[in-house]
Amino acid sequence: MIAELGHFALILAFVLSIVTAIVPLIGAQQRWHGWMAVAEPGAVLQFFLTGVAFSALTYAFVVSDFSLRLVVINSHSLKPMLYKVTGVWGNHEGSMLLWVLIVTFFGAVAAWRGANLPPSLRARVLAMQSMVAAAFFAFIIFSSNPFERMAIPPFDGQDLNPLLQDPGLAFHPPFLYLGYVGLSMTFSFAVAALLEGRVDAAWGRWVRPYTLAAWMFLTVGIGLGSWWAYYELGWGGFWFWDPVENASFMPWLIAAALLHCAIVVEKREALKSWTILLAIIAFGFSMVGAFITRSGVLTSVHAFATDPERGVFLLMILGWFMLLGLTLFAARAPVLQSKGVFGVVSRESVLVLNNLLLAVSAFVIFVGTIWPLVSELFFDRKLSVGPPFFNMAFAPFMLALGLVLPIGAMLPWKRAQVGRITRKLIPAFVLAVAVGALAYAMQTGRSALGPIGLFLGAWLVMGSFVDLMARVGRASLKERLQRMMRLPRADWGKSVAHAGLGVTFAGVAAMMAWEQEDIRVAHPGDSFELAGYTLTLNSISEEQGPNYVATVGDLTLSRGDRELGTMHPEKRIYPVAGMPTTEAALNIGFTRDIYVSLGDPQVDGGWAVRSYYKPLANWIWGGSILMALGGFLSLTDRRYRVAAGAAKVPSRKPLEVAAE
Amino acid sequence: MKRLVLLLCLLAAPSWAVQPDEILDDPALEERARALSEDLRCLVCRNESIDESNAPLARDLRLLVRERLVAGDSDAEVMAFVVARYGEYVLLTPKATGTNLILWLAGPAMMIIGLGLGLAFLRKRSRSEATAERALTEDEKARLEEILSE
Repeated sequence: MIAELGHFALILAFVLSIVTAIVPLIGAQQRWHGWMAVAEPGAVLQFFLTGVAFSALTYAFVVSDFSLRLVVINSHSLKPMLYKVTGVWGNHEGSMLLWVLIVTFFGAVAAWRGANLPPSLRARVLAMQSMVAAAFFAFIIFSSNPFERMAIPPFDGQDLNPLLQDPGLAFHPPFLYLGYVGLSMTFSFAVAALLEGRVDAAWGRWVRPYTLAAWMFLTVGIGLGSWWAYYELGWGGFWFWDPVENASFMPWLIAAALLHCAIVVEKREALKSWTILLAIIAFGFSMVGAFITRSGVLTSVHAFATDPERGVFLLMILGWFMLLGLTLFAARAPVLQSKGVFGVVSRESVLVLNNLLLAVSAFVIFVGTIWPLVSELFFDRKLSVGPPFFNMAFAPFMLALGLVLPIGAMLPWKRAQVGRITRKLIPAFVLAVAVGALAYAMQTGRSALGPIGLFLGAWLVMGSFVDLMARVGRASLKERLQRMMRLPRADWGKSVAHAGLGVTFAGVAAMMAWEQEDIRVAHPGDSFELAGYTLTLNSISEEQGPNYVATVGDLTLSRGDRELGTMHPEKRIYPVAGMPTTEAALNIGFTRDIYVSLGDPQVDGGWAVRSYYKPLANWIWGGSILMALGGFLSLTDRRYRVAAGAAKVPSRKPLEVAAE
Repeated sequence: MKRLVLLLCLLAAPSWAVQPDEILDDPALEERARALSEDLRCLVCRNESIDESNAPLARDLRLLVRERLVAGDSDAEVMAFVVARYGEYVLLTPKATGTNLILWLAGPAMMIIGLGLGLAFLRKRSRSEATAERALTEDEKARLEEILSE
């Protein structure tokens, strides 16, 4: 009964989304206020109805209602409650429902926060968002209905893929979808602006919070996914350049570019058409992501629904929205007059370079991802494009980006003198070179990657610090600290996010350059050395989990005479799903991780043990957290909050705005 | 079919990527073997190198690479040997020949075009700045004098 209610709510939401996609659009064109007013209640109600549908599905998973096909395939009565809930989106149908729930959520947020938007723009934005929702409602209802019943319900389910029964991966999809779908909001704003024929600083200010939020969620989502891969796959890889990973990485890069050029629109009213184009492309990439994950066109380790029919449907949605966006862009872009003028050396130009680097690197990944397909289709040449290619093709762009970033971040708007900025940055540069040189001298191998990575990391972190200090000006230390605390949050956000990028660079480079590995057969009682640490295998035992059986190793990690802790790598077998997984044991430190995973029992009674020394491993995710935190700080900047409630506090201009 | 392959890969998981018994006694040779296997694709598991993969076929390939190295082949010879048997598909770094040049050159070409367009755009911008901030015309100067002298 509850499932039928959910199903009914879903259909109702679909119908409502069609109405909300059409009526306000006509209203805005004809200036009929009554028709435009449909948009807000329409958007809010869609969210409510989709929420009902999603809750109904969650309920079915929680009570293990095995009359639903989806629950049977993806759940089991013995599964821990957490994974019963996360199992809702651990499959194709449920994840699409989550996707569309987030689409309508963003629509509702825009309706709630849109009080200060001009009525016609608001109506058009909400109508576009509803059109996106309608497309995905149709996709769910006609090709992947989560509420399908079983004629004969079985006694128990087939269990969720054990790889997904993990806290890291449980929350990876919702964040990723918040990111992907957040970009639908910028798309809606872009198309609405094209329909209006107007893009100005206010538009930039309305769009930026959504772009920021989308980028922030994508950062968290990608970080969680890579962290999961790191500890779950058994050998500590954190990035594979897999099509599905690339599918999330391309929108991230484009969103980062969009984030930066929206600043130019907001502050300087320039780069308008480029920003609009980027907003359209960003959403395009996030739908390409959905297509790649679900169509099975590109084979990948973790594509979870490979069904050509669904692929065609998604391709049609992608085609329609890109056609709509790009046609409108071609027709209306010349109308968008940029006002702000600036010199060749200025923050604007550096942001153009930033956009160029980010967009081209996303393009390179895109070409690499689809190349096997193109090559086979058109040249009859079956080949693979793997990590070595991506590393080689992608790294130069990041190197350039990292080198220019601290200088660009400090350049003033309009017209600048590079000399003045570089003088301030000399200490940071010298220190960064010293860090790189030190790393070069201390390392055992002769890799260039590690020192360069550390140099870039130090350069970015210290550059951000210098930037903050320069904003504070000269004063006593106490005064400086006080001024620093009073800086707008957006300034803090910028510095924190840029420093985070540096931290991630350093982590990635160090891990790729200086990782040490040990593969051996160990018997209980054996000790072995790894990068100056000693590991002792004490025992191996069998343990029974809630829905799995585990073989657990017990190891002691020590350095010299000092014992650092015990480690328990596991090998699990999920009998219902018939799948094994590995749970690596980690000894996490600031400068390194010690990573142990358990292999097979050997004929002579020993066990295969793989252990790794992973320098600066946590910096990769620490940096991602910093980047996301930076995004969050910017998002909570007073300007956006004030702009949102502007109607209520009209008396005084906010201080930060006046100060600029 | 693809799902089946994926399932087989995962079911095969208990046998690990590089096994202790595969490792060669000569560390230099082993290092070369590892480097080579990172660039060879596991043919049944999608998008994994034989160095990472758990599938039995990947193990066979790893052993094959080591066999060739022990027999005295150079790195290039080993790769040629594997490609001759399994096709270009096993290479994770696509060859930069023929139609693949498009793949290899797409990035640099795009960057050069982008830089060109960007520079042209910036030039135009700063020229319009020059016109925006041009000196006053004679007429305007006269008017300014007039206002100032009032």
